[in-house]
Amino acid sequence: MTAEPGAALPAELRARIAAEFPKYPEKRAVLLTALHFVQAERGWIAPEMIVPIADLLEIEPIEVQEVISFYSMFHADPVGRWHVQVCTNLPCCLRGARQLMRGLEQTLGIRAGEVTEDEMFSLAEVECLGSCGTAPVLQVNTEPFVEGIAPENASALVAELRTRGGAAGRRS
Amino acid sequence: MGSVGYLLPPSGENWSKLATYKQHGGYAAAERAIRQMKPDDIINEVKNSGLRGRGGAGFATGVKWTFMPKDGRRPRYIACNADESEPGTFKDRQILERNPHLLIEGLLIASFANTIDAAYIFIRGEYRTAYENLVASIAEAYAAGYLGTNVLGSGNRFDIYVHRGAGAYICGEETGLMESLEGKKAQPRKRPPFPAVSGLWRQPTTVNNVETMAHVPHIIARGADWFKTVGTEKSTGTTIFGVSGHVVRPGAYELPLGTPLRDIIFEHAGGLRPGRTLKAVIPGGASMPVLTAETAMQVTMDHDNLQKNGTLLGTGAIMVMDDTTCVVRAAQVIAKFFRHESCGQCTQCREGTGWLHKLLVSVERGTAAKSDLDTIDEVTKYMEGQTICALSDAAAWAAGNFLRRFRPEFEAHVEQKKCPLDGISFEA
Repeated sequence: MTAEPGAALPAELRARIAAEFPKYPEKRAVLLTALHFVQAERGWIAPEMIVPIADLLEIEPIEVQEVISFYSMFHADPVGRWHVQVCTNLPCCLRGARQLMRGLEQTLGIRAGEVTEDEMFSLAEVECLGSCGTAPVLQVNTEPFVEGIAPENASALVAELRTRGGAAGRRS
Repeated sequence: MGSVGYLLPPSGENWSKLATYKQHGGYAAAERAIRQMKPDDIINEVKNSGLRGRGGAGFATGVKWTFMPKDGRRPRYIACNADESEPGTFKDRQILERNPHLLIEGLLIASFANTIDAAYIFIRGEYRTAYENLVASIAEAYAAGYLGTNVLGSGNRFDIYVHRGAGAYICGEETGLMESLEGKKAQPRKRPPFPAVSGLWRQPTTVNNVETMAHVPHIIARGADWFKTVGTEKSTGTTIFGVSGHVVRPGAYELPLGTPLRDIIFEHAGGLRPGRTLKAVIPGGASMPVLTAETAMQVTMDHDNLQKNGTLLGTGAIMVMDDTTCVVRAAQVIAKFFRHESCGQCTQCREGTGWLHKLLVSVERGTAAKSDLDTIDEVTKYMEGQTICALSDAAAWAAGNFLRRFRPEFEAHVEQKKCPLDGISFEA
């Protein structure tokens, strides 16, 4: 007896992905959207999600895996409950991005590319976010940008994120 | 902002709501185009206006539309490029967050002109606010009968879908964008065939930038002759310049093409910080050749003049660097970007971007040899004109022009075995 494609995915997630199919002539085109939906649950894409997604979209698992590795917003390893992404491209560096990153590293006790032990925070360098007029800029998870943040306000930002609570490993 | 601006609402206003947009004349152009004009009339009007693509390449939009075949193949698509990832660029975002119906109306007119079945707006994944705003406005347009089946009673169907990217600069390349839309890695395609002949899912497709489409309703409403009174002879209309870096008032400024760069920097963007002097300006996004201060003070922001002065308009993203800036460091940061963003298909790009970055890091740290500067120059030469897409050329232009136009500073790093501006310059 063969299981329904994508049966390993929660029903609600499967339905949300399937709702995208009519917009495109091929199911494959929904892949990036599907991965965004999956990642919204825990902040990263666990390996056991790959085969069910591939089955649902009628493509090969390797084709899902190579897309996850190609795009910088998709994470194949756990990130913090609050994934803080700091732009370190030229316009932001010209206005103190490096000092901002240092402030965040000191406050959190981790380096860019790492996750805190309690799994609540992670830090990353990202490329130009498209907010150069309000540099320096960072993005937490997929929330609207935090713009024009002075390096000395790094700890205030972290404190504010802590007050929002949330549990490690879950985004909702 | 100059009073000739028409893309963005006045400062402080937001026209995202359909009612507000219509209050200011919105959708009158689309109604006229669809009810009173023929598709070829619309294409000719856009051609006559001289509108050039605003995504960075500046190709004549009306001419691009004439590449769409007349072979009867359906469906036909518009892929609207809202990927906006060229460093220094944040102009399309202004339209998406403050005047999205202008884009929708532009796509609607374009769809009628080119017999388009659906438009996919490819928006970079990081643009959260712009995405939600755009989706809400599209829903309003559907409810009002501007989109969907039987658009404005014409009997035609036209759909707009918003499709999110996931962080890859190369999605801004027209064929990389189509690969990504189809659910794959954004690795550009060889051309020919061009998108008009074989685009999304091999169907006829025109790929157009957000801002380019936003000019279309105004061209139809006021005519090509009016449009030609704004800007210069070969660079008509306004554009939204994005000023960043060492200025007092960084931000987006909608101004006519042909505005002197020094006016943008010193009048609109408030000039430099006290006591500082201008050192270098990148006028069109990180891909475009950097200018010395001397040249920057002389150029006007239009295609012809910038080309004549050894650079390009690109996306009109103006990055201002004052005398505290280590230009080697600036070149290194940009080289790191291209190294990250290379899709890896072409050897010259994959290896060249990596090599350029490593060499520039070494120069910046003071561990490079003099011959390494010549190696940088050599590497840039074999990266140009040989690859499937222009990322390789962009990386070569960026690094090569920093080196060629600021050579003494590079040599000082080598001779002194350190950065002469260490402790003064921005940190990379």
